[in-house]
Amino acid sequence: MPLTPPAEPDPEPKMNWASFYAVISGVNRHSTGIGRIWLSVLFIFRILVLVVAAESVWGDEKSGFTCNTQQPGCNSVCYDHFFPISHIRLWALQLILVSTPALLVAMHVAHRRHVDKRLYKLSGRSNPKDLEQIKTQKMKITGALWWTYVISLLFRIIFEVTFMYVFYMIYPGYKMIRLVKCDSYPCPNTVDCFVSRPTEKTVFTVFMLAVSGVCILLNIAEVVFLLGKACSKHLHNAGDSTMGAWIQQKLSSF
Amino acid sequence: MPLTSSMSWPALYTQLVGANRHATSLGKIWLSVLFIFRVMVLVVAAESVWGDEQSDFTCNTLQPGCENVCYDQFFPVSHIRLWCLQLVFVSTPTLLVAMYVAYRNHRDKRKLLQVCAFAKGQDEELETLKKRRLPIAGALWWTYACSLVFRLLFEAGFMYALYVVYDGFQMPRLVQCDQWPCPNLVDCFISRPTEKTIFTVFMATTSSICMVLNVAELVYLVIKAFTRDFPWVTQN
Repeated sequence: MPLTPPAEPDPEPKMNWASFYAVISGVNRHSTGIGRIWLSVLFIFRILVLVVAAESVWGDEKSGFTCNTQQPGCNSVCYDHFFPISHIRLWALQLILVSTPALLVAMHVAHRRHVDKRLYKLSGRSNPKDLEQIKTQKMKITGALWWTYVISLLFRIIFEVTFMYVFYMIYPGYKMIRLVKCDSYPCPNTVDCFVSRPTEKTVFTVFMLAVSGVCILLNIAEVVFLLGKACSKHLHNAGDSTMGAWIQQKLSSF
Repeated sequence: MPLTSSMSWPALYTQLVGANRHATSLGKIWLSVLFIFRVMVLVVAAESVWGDEQSDFTCNTLQPGCENVCYDQFFPVSHIRLWCLQLVFVSTPTLLVAMYVAYRNHRDKRKLLQVCAFAKGQDEELETLKKRRLPIAGALWWTYACSLVFRLLFEAGFMYALYVVYDGFQMPRLVQCDQWPCPNLVDCFISRPTEKTIFTVFMATTSSICMVLNVAELVYLVIKAFTRDFPWVTQN
């Protein structure tokens, strides 16, 4: 068995996840409290665990996959048949896609700041201190920004659930089996193929799926929180109108 | 390659973000799509899929040299290298814009120094000159539009090259090879073909999205120039 160099040297992916973290955590300032918890869970329990632990468990997935035959090519073909896409790549794609809706919020905030700057300049207050204040001020999640934020949360939930479903479709049941039987060409007949480190892979799969579930719950809680906040603000503002009074009367009769 | 690529992708990013200040909003979205969905996916996921492409390329023969020769016949340039080249080429037209902005700043700085050689507020004015955002008009508009056209050409060129070299975006499991020194027609097996197909399709899709963004940005610039030069069109 020739010594194959590790597929991915360690400093590189950490550096790129680190720059990814820098980009995404900039959005953190405009998130709710639950949003910040979600971001921490994402980075500590998912990205860090992926880079530090899971990648070395799956590191020898192909070189450690052995079939009970000496037929050249049988190993490759059987591996490809049972593992169309590796867990690690699916998780990396999932993490990238799940984090990007946050950039929608960042773009909206940048747009609002740009508009505010223009208004300030038009109204004559082009003091550099005022313009700096616009940059550092925390935007309130109201109006169009509320909608952008809720839509980004919905996209996050959709991506998470989609990936969990794709996972379940490709690898039915979340358990990694020890032995697979394969008879694709050029394997001469049905051969036994053995997967490397199945138990460790099952443990990490269950862990990553559990954290994914926790993230979905956090996102749902954040949506409910934002809806609740908007509703209570509307009821409070509409306190004088007849519609508001009617709603309040109906709610209080429960 | 790994060490230099970890040094060069962030360096490229800093260069592009600097030039990005003069981009339109579509240009900024394009840069994010480029770095998150293409460079990051390439470095974090795709490079490990293609990591063992030659070591795990096995042919059904013990003849020494046959595997090397067959691998070389079917993979003249690896996908990963093609994508790296594509990303580097596609990012460089933005530097045209950066160079033009630097030239304008230099020229205006000289004019400023000539005009108010003894004025007091000179340093502040120089600072505002450096930090200002030039409107996309005149020569800058042409430079920007040219850079967009070059970006489109490079993207399309590389996608076409990938399609032609690999006969489509799908990676076969088995290739048959009879180059010397292989004794006769041998079966050669490619490692992880399905995963490679998935990533090839993903990268081709994001490349198309980037092309659509570039076309949209070009159309936006043309419309903006049109309405600026012929304001009576919008007044009707």
